[in-house]
Amino acid sequence: MSSGTQSKQNVVVVGNGMVGHHFVEQLSQNSNYNITVLCAESRLAYDRVHLSEYFSGKTADDLALTTPENYQQLGVNFHLDAKVITIDKSQKVVTTEQGESYSYDKLVLATGSYPFVPPIPGKEREHCLVYRTIDDLDAIQSSANTGKTGVVVGGGLLGLEAANALKELGLDTHVVEFAPQLMGVQLDQAGGQQLRKMIEELGVTVHTEKATNVIVDGESSVHKMEFADGSHLETDLILFSAGIRPYDNLAREFDLTIGDRGGIVVNNQCQTSDEDIYAIGECALWNNFIFGLVAPGYSMAKAAASHITGGEESFTGADMSTKLKLMGVEVGSIGDAHARTPGALSYTYQNERDNVYKKMVVSQDGKTLLGAVLVGDTSEYDSLLQYALNGIELPENPDALILPSNGGEKPTLGVDSLPDTATICSCLNVTKGDIVAAVEAGATDVGAIKSVTKASTGCGGCSALLKNVAENEFAKRGLEVKKDICSHFVYSRTELFHIIKAEKIKNFDTLIAKHGKGMGCEICKPAVGSILASVYNDYILQDDHLHLQDTNDTYLGNMQKDGTYSVVPRMPGGEVTPEKLIVIGEVAKEYNLYTKVTGGQRIDLFGARVDQLPAIWKRLIDAGMETGHAYGKSLRTVKSCVGSTWCRYGVQDSMSMAIFLEERYKGLRSPHKIKFAVSGCTRECAEAQSKDIGVIATENGWNLYVSGNGGMKPRHGDLFATDLDDATLIKYIDRYLMFYVRMADRLQRTSVWLESLEGGLEYMQKVVKEDHLGINEELERQMDAVVATYQCEWKTTVESPEKLKRFRQFVNSDKQDVNIQFVTEREQIRPATLTEKAAKGLLIETVDVTAVEPA
Amino acid sequence: MTAINSTNTNWHTLCQKDDLVKHSGVCALLDNEQQVAIFLIDNDKAFTISNWDPAGNANVLYRGLIGDEEGEIFVASPLYKERFVLSDGRCLDDESLSVTSYATRIEQGQVQVLV
Repeated sequence: MSSGTQSKQNVVVVGNGMVGHHFVEQLSQNSNYNITVLCAESRLAYDRVHLSEYFSGKTADDLALTTPENYQQLGVNFHLDAKVITIDKSQKVVTTEQGESYSYDKLVLATGSYPFVPPIPGKEREHCLVYRTIDDLDAIQSSANTGKTGVVVGGGLLGLEAANALKELGLDTHVVEFAPQLMGVQLDQAGGQQLRKMIEELGVTVHTEKATNVIVDGESSVHKMEFADGSHLETDLILFSAGIRPYDNLAREFDLTIGDRGGIVVNNQCQTSDEDIYAIGECALWNNFIFGLVAPGYSMAKAAASHITGGEESFTGADMSTKLKLMGVEVGSIGDAHARTPGALSYTYQNERDNVYKKMVVSQDGKTLLGAVLVGDTSEYDSLLQYALNGIELPENPDALILPSNGGEKPTLGVDSLPDTATICSCLNVTKGDIVAAVEAGATDVGAIKSVTKASTGCGGCSALLKNVAENEFAKRGLEVKKDICSHFVYSRTELFHIIKAEKIKNFDTLIAKHGKGMGCEICKPAVGSILASVYNDYILQDDHLHLQDTNDTYLGNMQKDGTYSVVPRMPGGEVTPEKLIVIGEVAKEYNLYTKVTGGQRIDLFGARVDQLPAIWKRLIDAGMETGHAYGKSLRTVKSCVGSTWCRYGVQDSMSMAIFLEERYKGLRSPHKIKFAVSGCTRECAEAQSKDIGVIATENGWNLYVSGNGGMKPRHGDLFATDLDDATLIKYIDRYLMFYVRMADRLQRTSVWLESLEGGLEYMQKVVKEDHLGINEELERQMDAVVATYQCEWKTTVESPEKLKRFRQFVNSDKQDVNIQFVTEREQIRPATLTEKAAKGLLIETVDVTAVEPA
Repeated sequence: MTAINSTNTNWHTLCQKDDLVKHSGVCALLDNEQQVAIFLIDNDKAFTISNWDPAGNANVLYRGLIGDEEGEIFVASPLYKERFVLSDGRCLDDESLSVTSYATRIEQGQVQVLV
């Protein structure tokens, strides 16, 4: 521990936004300071970058960057609702609205910025709001509840983010922009056009070159916005998002130097005109520039903390390149996007069919990349950014960098030419030099580099580049790139599959004794468990398989954050009889389970304790239902519309086909979960193209789509075959699925698998349709075997007294886990938050590590 | 080593060996209402750690997968996969995390923990 508090310096931080919090984190690593945080908001720092996710289900707790407990642990004093109103520079004291005074040795202003509201008459009307804080969001939410239409004033980055929020809230959304285009700072005109088109396709109406003269009472809505060109727009809610202004009033009032257009002037150490007062983040003006992004703010926080503690880090500007996803539209902007550099030359590529626009701005001699605009596809962003930031010489035909490869070789970034200082992972600030050092220190695979350097453990956007750099370093050292599944086997998943099949190995212990070493781990055990299940389809909880399964498979339910499980009975094609529906309702009521219809047209029952699971299953089984395998890496659901049976437009019986497919493939274990959908006509109500297997009815039969994906990285399926009859459709799906089960890596979705498959879709078509490998008969036989050996795992488990023992909460008591606590929200249960539990005195502290030897 | 040297600790029988499952965990309740996770390794060795997952904030560690890394036997939490060493409770993935571990023995078919 450090010496007494007497010798410690007092550092007072005004503002607890993302940047202020980052500063606290940096400085609290050094125990020589008493840190006091004065926060005007009623809550501690939260993630403002992901604010709009508040409307898609994230809570304030989810967005929180820290907790009171965490600050206490760090020894940071903090005061909420403590707005600072005076600074006494000579006495070095600040005072809050409540009259509390705090003396400082160093003062850090991290007051951020506020949204600019243009001086439009009527702007102060009710339901005219801004988009900045969680409190703003609550106000927007309650306002949206009473209206149908929402307008965002401002078509910049934040404005579009706000429009997304209004859309999430179900409003008919408009964006009104003064300039001729959207995101004028980051995008060129054509890029702005492309973005507009895509956003309009998502149902948001965009109005450009509109200046609002006045806001008055509407006729059919709350407001009427009258524009300078004589047109008008009616709306119930107006959100202003027309840029930010620095919160510099405190500095202004107490005589710190302010820029001509606002902002607290700082030097490279982030000191203001008073050397004991620092300013960081969006309130600070550096080199006549305000940085409205979080990353430069973090760099400032680092520089200020470093200077206070006697370090040498300084802030020397920041790259303003951005890559983001707005309403699902990928947008990237690098450097001189508008080609303003004298002599700059541009290359553009536009593909209207796929909604892609790309531009590169290069120097007059064509050797350096000055800037870029990417709309609709930002896959080249990382490489281009490296070219631009590091001045790497461009290849001879630089346009190849943004052109689609169409089968030809695309020039890859010569990672060799990257300097050691090049930032590879900007989230965690990992340079190429750090990666090289990790390889020199003995890392032989990307996983090892990740765990040493933490690269790619933030947003993950740099993973391709990291792999590229890493493999280049391995190659330079003559290292073979390892595809080993983990340290227990020197084989990939595909190789293990072949070994198990060829040697007819039936359990993990035999496999590891013959071909591996040690006990295995959480990586190889479930992977082998899945392979064994795909090949032999034994009962998953058979004694020699039980210890291989992840908790979901062990307990045949989905573990939720509080350790309870959710239960999903199978409901093929989403079809359910009233009798079964009633039983599901009765079970949910009896066990007080949170009930929700899933995206896959089933009913999910949440909050079941381990000891309740068997009884719940029993009730469902008795009513004729079975497990939906919602827990497994296996077939989940086959979504469907009602098809020609009921629908005016249906051309085939999609319902029967969906049920047939679900019954056929239920229980099939695979490298990852698999979802299907069947649509009865091209209107595609079942959204089949976003599924691993998508079937869409045509006048003549079925079109088969493969390797689509919803989820984190959406991908439309590829059209694999058209106008198939029922038998051929099933045959193709059998072969495709088994080929995937054999070949894919662990946890590799069909979409990623297809993209990594050499030869891609064409190769897969050759294998499945033309029997290019001569294995189709075997693939079909294997699928038939899986289908024939299906069992409902719930039923098998409920019938085995021995297995049921596993569902006791405690081996030595009938009590229940008191940490599982629920509160009621919207008439149903939800898990209590940590704060709610702490209030009941239920939180359990972790205790010291004690080394003991097993007796 | 505090747990062993402390004078007030005694061996408590928590369950029978038959209640354990090889390379897997069960959960037991101590007299002070603390939950512990007991694991059976290779049919003869038992380990006990606290059942509370400090990363996931839930009582779930007994439901994790057992594995080894360089000879150290660990359980990987079923929630976010942090690995805790069974013999001393260290977390292999995050130095700031740990769980309590308890000396454990199997005596005449009884599983006993030093508390």
